[in-house]
Amino acid sequence: MKALIALEDGRIFSGRSFTGRGEIYGEIVFNTSMTGYQEILTDPSYKGQIVTMTYPLIGNYGINSEDMESRRIQVEAFIVKEYQGVPSNWRSTQTLKDFLERYNVLGIEDVDTRALTRHIRLAGAMKGVISTEDLDPASLIKKAKDSPGLVGRDMVRKVTCSAPYIWEDRPIEKAAAPKGNALRVVALDYGIKFNILRCLKNTGCEVIVLPATASTHDILALEPDGIFLSNGPGDPAGIPGVVGTIRDLIGKKPIFGICLGHQLLGLAFGGRTYKLKFGHRGGNQPVKNLLTGRVEITAQNHGFCVDVSSLDEKEVEVTHVNLNDQTLEGMRHRHHPVFSVQYHPENAPGPHDAAYLFDQFAALMKERG
Amino acid sequence: MPRRNDIKKILIIGSGPIIISQACEFDYSGTQACKALREEGYEVVLINSNPATIMTDPEMANRTYIEPITPEMVARVIEKERPDALLPTLGGQTGLNVAIKVADMGVLDRFGVEMIAASASVIRKAEDRDLFREAMRNIGLRIPRSGIARHMDDVRRIAAGIGYPLIVRPSFTLGGTGGGVAYNREDLEKMAASGLDLSMINEVMLEESVIGWKEYELEVMRDVKDNVVIICSIENFDPMGIHTGDSITVAPAQTLTDREYQMMRDAAIAIIREIGVETGGSNIQFAVNPENGEMVVIEMNPRVSRSSALASKATGFPIAKIAAKLAVGYTLDEIPNDITRETMASFEPTIDYCVVKIPRWTFEKFPGAEDYLTTAMKSVGETMAIGRTFKEALQKGLRSLEIGRYGWGADGKDSYERNRSLPPMAEIEEKLRIPNSQRIFYIRYAMLAGLDTKKIHELTRIDPWFLENMRQILDMELNIRSADKKLTEDLLRRAKKTGFSDYQLGYLTGQTEDEIRSQREKADIKPVYKLVDTCAAEFEAYTPYYYSTYEVEDESRLSERPRVMILGGGPNRIGQGIEFDYCCVHASFALREEGYESIMVNSNPETVSTDYDTSDKLYFEPLTREDILNIIAKEKPIGVIVQFGGQTPLNLAVPLARAGVRIMGTSPDSIDRAEDRKRFQAMLQKLGLKQPSNGTATAREEALAVARSIGYPVVMRPSYVLGGRAMRIIYDDRDLEDFFESAVRASSEHPVLIDKFLEDAVEIDVDAVSDGQETIIGGIMEHIEEAGIHSGDSACVLPPHTLSLDLIARIKKDTKAMAKELNVIGLMNVQYAIKDTDIYVLEVNPRASRTVPFVSKTTGIPLAKVATKVMIGKTLRELGLTAEKEIGHIAVKEAVFPFDRFPGVDTLLGPEMRSTGEVMGIDESFGLAFAKSQLAAGQNLPLSGTVFISVRDKDKMAVLPVAQKLANIGFKTLATRGTAAFLASNGITCETVHKVSEGRPHVVDHVKNGAIQLVINTSLGASTTRDSYKIRRATLDYRISYTTTIAGARAIAAAIEAMLQKKLQVSPVQEYHGLQSDAELKTGMGLNPV
Repeated sequence: MKALIALEDGRIFSGRSFTGRGEIYGEIVFNTSMTGYQEILTDPSYKGQIVTMTYPLIGNYGINSEDMESRRIQVEAFIVKEYQGVPSNWRSTQTLKDFLERYNVLGIEDVDTRALTRHIRLAGAMKGVISTEDLDPASLIKKAKDSPGLVGRDMVRKVTCSAPYIWEDRPIEKAAAPKGNALRVVALDYGIKFNILRCLKNTGCEVIVLPATASTHDILALEPDGIFLSNGPGDPAGIPGVVGTIRDLIGKKPIFGICLGHQLLGLAFGGRTYKLKFGHRGGNQPVKNLLTGRVEITAQNHGFCVDVSSLDEKEVEVTHVNLNDQTLEGMRHRHHPVFSVQYHPENAPGPHDAAYLFDQFAALMKERG
Repeated sequence: MPRRNDIKKILIIGSGPIIISQACEFDYSGTQACKALREEGYEVVLINSNPATIMTDPEMANRTYIEPITPEMVARVIEKERPDALLPTLGGQTGLNVAIKVADMGVLDRFGVEMIAASASVIRKAEDRDLFREAMRNIGLRIPRSGIARHMDDVRRIAAGIGYPLIVRPSFTLGGTGGGVAYNREDLEKMAASGLDLSMINEVMLEESVIGWKEYELEVMRDVKDNVVIICSIENFDPMGIHTGDSITVAPAQTLTDREYQMMRDAAIAIIREIGVETGGSNIQFAVNPENGEMVVIEMNPRVSRSSALASKATGFPIAKIAAKLAVGYTLDEIPNDITRETMASFEPTIDYCVVKIPRWTFEKFPGAEDYLTTAMKSVGETMAIGRTFKEALQKGLRSLEIGRYGWGADGKDSYERNRSLPPMAEIEEKLRIPNSQRIFYIRYAMLAGLDTKKIHELTRIDPWFLENMRQILDMELNIRSADKKLTEDLLRRAKKTGFSDYQLGYLTGQTEDEIRSQREKADIKPVYKLVDTCAAEFEAYTPYYYSTYEVEDESRLSERPRVMILGGGPNRIGQGIEFDYCCVHASFALREEGYESIMVNSNPETVSTDYDTSDKLYFEPLTREDILNIIAKEKPIGVIVQFGGQTPLNLAVPLARAGVRIMGTSPDSIDRAEDRKRFQAMLQKLGLKQPSNGTATAREEALAVARSIGYPVVMRPSYVLGGRAMRIIYDDRDLEDFFESAVRASSEHPVLIDKFLEDAVEIDVDAVSDGQETIIGGIMEHIEEAGIHSGDSACVLPPHTLSLDLIARIKKDTKAMAKELNVIGLMNVQYAIKDTDIYVLEVNPRASRTVPFVSKTTGIPLAKVATKVMIGKTLRELGLTAEKEIGHIAVKEAVFPFDRFPGVDTLLGPEMRSTGEVMGIDESFGLAFAKSQLAAGQNLPLSGTVFISVRDKDKMAVLPVAQKLANIGFKTLATRGTAAFLASNGITCETVHKVSEGRPHVVDHVKNGAIQLVINTSLGASTTRDSYKIRRATLDYRISYTTTIAGARAIAAAIEAMLQKKLQVSPVQEYHGLQSDAELKTGMGLNPV
């Protein structure tokens, strides 16, 4: 079924829906990972976004029951060059098409995704609309322009959990047991990826996930050894309340933040965030660890960034930079046990080079505990 | 970490001649490394015996030794040059093995040479099966169950523990030579015995079979600070059980989830660390059980490899160049990525297209060799295609193969298709079950015959994902077929997106290729060109490396400069290899020097020509009329150069000219005049030149009549072929009838050519360059083997060593007369036969020949560059080339053959070319130069021992002086009865030995027992006896020097004598050419432009 993609700047791309009818708006971004579409689809950080895969053949290995990063598909729509309808992999339990249809998410193929990617690279990530219903370009462009976009909007509330849960090998909504010997981490859910929870669990931690709006009191009442600030969607400056909570927590407990969690920490440190032209989304971003001199190949997914010049050098130390564009990738507080990275050490999808950060968090908790 | 300043001079070892499993890719990597190191200010010393390489161009290294790559010769180079470091990881397995031997000899320690990138112990750990297995155990990775055997008792014991089928892998050999899959004890006995023999350390590994598992490769790079990146993942279309060099492969991996891919990535990183490769690239192979994802490690190459060349071309990431920089201390985050400029080499390329590599086999060249594939590589070349889908890339790849196909079938190009029939089911199933060069096409038959994907998967073990994509191609084909002439615009567009060529669409709809083309043009269905940029468009790319696809946006940018397009040679095959790529690269360099934009079109990923910085623009595309015309429509070059890429582009000259394309240099009409029998004959008559009596025939009866009137023996061949395809010497009517069918099959459109065979004539090759007015002879080469052996297979010497000055002068005169008559602008090659004092013209080719690089390396005159400049309007005088160059040294070119890959094939040389590569020996005398050429070709001439002589009656007189010479220098002589009697009656003491047919112990027993060191055995063309075949095969299997010609025997005797008189010395070509300054080297090797 024919589909049109209209961008707010007037550019139109055509394609074909492989999942039936629909019309949806969102910010159009691209991801350069060659594998990992299931994880990308289910990553809550993509809330509000339409994801284009730069790798042209998608669906090859189907969908399995294990590679979920949240309970459902989170992207608004999915754009590929050529959908692969007959998957081949021993873990595959369904096709990508069935998976998208189950969550009523549009899948579009036969799009010149490289042209779309180049356009976004040159013009920046922007608002767009996909439709199989309205094939009038002018009308679609207007819809794209009129759509709300991400800047200043609170997307976290759409993806955070409604009630606390404990992470075993899946989320279990029950009250936390009395504190035992294991390190206890309270993870604030701004749109947390399951693999972060798996990684924390693998380092031996007990993980309690709280909604993004949890208060300082609620958090500390659980007697955590450390607090984790999760990834999540949208503009860090658009989320009310949470920065104050984080500021209260600094110095009280070891804190580790990833992605949006890192940006919120930046704001809590008194810094600023800004929107990157088209963001970093993929599994091949080189990051230099300034403490060791080593280069890590990292998984990334962010459209906003902490402005390194807005941070107080006396308080905050830059620990990681992106070797492609020199943007801030990691920081730590000079006096308090607080550190964070912009990228995704939990990968899924992506390389495992930075997995050491979870051990570092555990060590920090032990040291301060 | 910045570059190391404690080393100044670095020795690089090349990979030597092109052989199966070691081809142009090591010229590509070596050239990149030389450039990278010189760019950094290091002095580079190079040793490589292959003259047809770009890396041995005198301006690539400071000191270039075109010498045999043996431990002794490398040691001599080290002694002479005293390099600070040896970089062993760029010359393939040859470079690695020789480096280890040199280290073992203590040479490196003695002269204080540091092995950089990978130390001897690291290389051993990766290559030695025991050490590797132990290393894998240390990091918790599994490799298939296996055991190492050093003799047959071990073999039997270990095999009992593993069970059948099992894989036999000899340690330390090239491309798994001698290895294979043993399905039973009988197989095992045979394979293990030959494997033990072939292994440099007499060791074979027997291994649990993981046949049918999915096969993957990762290309990994590491720097001195332990940063590791993965450059590319490759998934083999053909699963485990077929050598990766013989597998169709696809990049990136297609059927792994991220979780599985990352596990493999983690394993690869752990492996490179555990093995300890300090810096540079490695290739690691994995097998994955398709049922449950279990992963095992297959092997690791601690060096750049064929797969790294493929990965470089597939991603745009220059692995060898970066490896060279890492070897001298840089880290990945310090080296800029040339393609994006703004990012560094420390990232992992991501691609937004699909790459398919397809091997090119030449089983037709080796009658008796069976067409089946195993773990020992048999392909001689490969082609790579890029598309936005697997389907598009596969079809492009298949039409790039130069096997007369226009895609995945549907082109009427095989007998089943022509007859609209299918092979019998039993044949289909067998062709699917036993891997072979035609299997890809049989998958289509299987689908047409109604086999479902599951069944085809069971038979082939090819992943269903690939099969399903192929089924989609077939569905499209059936759609098109049923549309017939009413091909709608929408269907046409979808067909092009699925990779169908216009030719296929024409065939399927009963139209011509041009009708489809014009329908396409009317509907504006044209390919667009997309960039290969390492980053999936995330960053702006500056390197102009393009591929075509059918989509919306075209990224190619036209420059203001005048553009010239060079058509490359496509996949390597016998008869067309690196020599032509060398010429294309030179053409590109010359164009750039003259301010033109050079546009390269080629489909061979191994080559220097497809390096992104060789030309101003690179189109990685099939070399077909359609694909070329599409690029021309886009680029509108002022002309196209077809005379450098061998037969592939030459065949396109006329079709392109008809389509209005300007062919640079010699006109297509002149090319035709040289190729067309009748027109050629008329020209020779006009010039008063002789050719052997000849005729043509289109049918068997006619051929018989012609042959009888000319008189046997005759040479017969189909017209318009390269490499002597199907050419044979015919001694009688029976030979002729026997031959005729296969020749016609080789080329049905063209008649069969019949020439008088000049027995015992001396064959001469001449390369010349002409600007239309002046012609300068580049070199006159005298073949060592007599006429009748393909020029590509014959050793030759430059300058000629037996011709009189008068004959040489006449050859020059005749060559110039023909160049003038044909109005040659550019290169020309002439082959002559000299019988007594008569000169016969055998053929004239107004194009680059296989010997151009050899002539250039010997004389120092860059013929291909000069020819290119002439084509764009310079005169030879303007270029400073006004006279033939006289040289004071002698160079011998020797051919290298792949017989050891084809068990049972006869090694006797004939008019059909079968060599894969060549080496050069250069020295002050013929004997020394010939000795070096033999050494370089792997023929270890004995300095003492026993010579076995068995010759035809007519050769007996001729062999006498050779036998005398060998006896004088201390060889014992062994001969068969007739020869022995003759030698004895002429005063040469010799022992008699049985022929094979005379009972045991016979000569082959003696060969096997090591009682013979040299074999001289002449044989009569087609009617070879069983006896002499057995001797030839035994000498090959036991690596004993042998010759089948008297001329060869003479040369060997001269070489042995020379070596006994004087130890072999080494000298760089820069000294032979008398070149000193960089400027001299750059502007054309000492030419003096006016």
